[in-house]
Amino acid sequence: MSEAVGHDTHHGPPSGILRWVFTTNHKDIGTLYLVTAFIMLMIGGLMALVIRTELFQPGLQVVDPQFFNQMTTMHGLIMIFGAIMPAFVGLANWQVPMMVGAPDMALPRMNNLSFWILPFAFVMLVGTLFMPGGAPASGWTIYPPLVLQTGAALPFLIFAIHLMGLSSIMGAINIIATILNLRAPGMTLMKMPLFVWTWLITAFLLIAVMPVLAGAVTMLLTDKFFGTSFFNAGGGGDPVMYQHIFWFFGHPEVYIMILPAFGIISQILPTFSRKPLFGYTSMVYATASIAFLSFIVWAHHMFTVGMPLAGELFFMYATLLIAVPTGVKVFNWVATMYRGSMTFETPMLFAIAFVILFTIGGFSGLMLAITPADFQYHDTYFVVAHFHYVLVPGALFSIIAGVYYWLPKWTGHMYDETLGKWHFWLSAIFVNVLFFPQHFVGLAGMPRRIPDYALQFTQWNQISTVGAFGFGIAQVLFGYIVWKAVRGGAKATDEVWEGAKGLEWQVPSPAPYHTFEEAPEVK
Amino acid sequence: MSTLRLKSRLRALLTGAVALVAAGPAYAGWDALNMPKGVTPISKEVFDLHMLILWICVIIGVVVFGAMIYSIIRFRKSKGAEASQFHESTTVEIIWTIIPFLILVGMAIPATGTLITMEDTAQADMTVKVTGYQWKWHYQYMDEDVDFYSNLATPTDQIQDRQEKDSDYLREVDNRLVVPADSKVRLLLTSGDVIHAWWVPDLGMKKDAIPGFVNEMWVKIEEPGVYRGQCAELCGRGHGFMPIVVEAKSPEAYQQWLQQRKTAQAETSSQVAKAE
Repeated sequence: MSEAVGHDTHHGPPSGILRWVFTTNHKDIGTLYLVTAFIMLMIGGLMALVIRTELFQPGLQVVDPQFFNQMTTMHGLIMIFGAIMPAFVGLANWQVPMMVGAPDMALPRMNNLSFWILPFAFVMLVGTLFMPGGAPASGWTIYPPLVLQTGAALPFLIFAIHLMGLSSIMGAINIIATILNLRAPGMTLMKMPLFVWTWLITAFLLIAVMPVLAGAVTMLLTDKFFGTSFFNAGGGGDPVMYQHIFWFFGHPEVYIMILPAFGIISQILPTFSRKPLFGYTSMVYATASIAFLSFIVWAHHMFTVGMPLAGELFFMYATLLIAVPTGVKVFNWVATMYRGSMTFETPMLFAIAFVILFTIGGFSGLMLAITPADFQYHDTYFVVAHFHYVLVPGALFSIIAGVYYWLPKWTGHMYDETLGKWHFWLSAIFVNVLFFPQHFVGLAGMPRRIPDYALQFTQWNQISTVGAFGFGIAQVLFGYIVWKAVRGGAKATDEVWEGAKGLEWQVPSPAPYHTFEEAPEVK
Repeated sequence: MSTLRLKSRLRALLTGAVALVAAGPAYAGWDALNMPKGVTPISKEVFDLHMLILWICVIIGVVVFGAMIYSIIRFRKSKGAEASQFHESTTVEIIWTIIPFLILVGMAIPATGTLITMEDTAQADMTVKVTGYQWKWHYQYMDEDVDFYSNLATPTDQIQDRQEKDSDYLREVDNRLVVPADSKVRLLLTSGDVIHAWWVPDLGMKKDAIPGFVNEMWVKIEEPGVYRGQCAELCGRGHGFMPIVVEAKSPEAYQQWLQQRKTAQAETSSQVAKAE
């Protein structure tokens, strides 16, 4: 240690705003990602409340239909690219180095860059709301030809997507480089915690598909401004080709938002069951299988475009297959809980809710895979209910569970358990009040993305809106609980949780600014 | 004092909520719960498929969630449960891979049959070309000199809440698509601007109307009646306001309607010719 004293002076965090601007520390950058994700969650949530308020009753009361379409579009883009994805990258930044016994991310300067691109991308994206013609209003999938009717916002939307893609690719490279190069001695691949495994696979998905999205939106740009006809049938192009390219990105993207969630849940359930994960090896293989299958199922998002019968059959069978590895995961979680010794702190409650509610989203996914039935479900509120079940009580609950789980390690303080339980119960109840009725109206015939609806859909829409406000308020409480734990609270032990296993629980709480400067030995 | 005020405020809020729920049944929408069984052979097959898979999911759900809830109740530390340390069992893993796979095969077989029937548009009795526009539909009866636009008929005053809403609010048009009952009607779908989707839930299917492409679907409505739906693919500001109304008439009544329509259309075009 004595020779290190000389350069120890610049190891503590510098103070002031510049600490955050110039930081190359994985913990600082993780915090930046998480705070940004929470801000975007609130912005996207407000947009969802605008949508739900307009849908509280039939007739147009609050907003113009065009603005309504802008809200659905922006809500989707912000929640996916602004809230869920950055939150997972934030968790990876904090946890991956600590879980593999690395001193930091492998490429710290690039880490800084990949975060600091994002605020500019988000400002540009949200800024489109104030441009002539308003924000994009073609849904987050930005299908041509409709998206080409966007006003001044189109090039800004496309540039924002390019920036978010760049950020994701750099983040993914960094995670792969860290996991493959900086593991502590003895930390073989098959000893890595599942959160690390799922993120490794997710990072490969990101590198594979973000350039595909960039290509698709660039073709939109040239179609609009440079006279090309990639997606214009009048010029020999094909609007359906856009959908194929988009969903070749879009389906792996779905797993980008859920594989890290699987990882988090696979950390939390064993801890609070005080029992090892039932099938570690099969969990790793199941994750890899899901990632592989995600590349060959994209057209199930577009069964109604008029594909050949053979195509429809192939995509139906391939999609059904995903249920097998996903089932393996769910069964493994249940088998982990079976004959454990469980306690129910807030992270565990969110993890249990995740398993149940994500599985419900999986069931509706299975139903959607059946092509003939999908012709009825497609583009209805049934689909809206399905993907919100996998993304809200799925991805978002896992992020919340992860934050509660690791927060004592980050801050050195226990969060307020009573408030945490309140947060859980409010979220778990209202998320169902919000999204479950959407299955009903969708099946009964209500299309998605409409600002006004026929009278028979009124009741369930009103219930859904009540749920939306309840759920929204509960997430403000979440912000308060985290803030309170950052400011103070009961001192957390190093292990934090009785059943916790892994390298991150061997460092002090709060984790010092630099951890594992000397690599730990893993047996 | 302040608690009293709080109580009265709470009571006011509750009364409001009750009034809200009580006002609900005016629309009588609590039964908007499930997919309609529909009125075509295909829609009934699709409904049966939907219910079959729903029940399979419910059964799997009961088993999986049952095991979870049992574990949560039985194996809690506060009740003195001791954690056993078992893990990894290849046999168990193989069992819970094979069984779901077999269930999936069981789902795929009937689905494949239905899909093949749905995609068979051959030997139709008649053909109507459907073109989507922002924001109306155009219907052209092939081989007959009949074509017309179909627009939303709900008055703006109802949409703006200035007038009581009809029972078919947003689901009424000026010109309905009229087809004969018990005939195989082929629909050719395309669009004049952006992508739309033609969907009437009772007919069991939807398909996109895409500019530059012609998609096909077919319906065979068994009983005369009026069936309502709307555009299902986001197509801009008026997306929520381009309904579809299909009226199936008995073959005789259909022929009568067709003749009337032809005469009316011929008169209009001759008037137009004169005016020019």
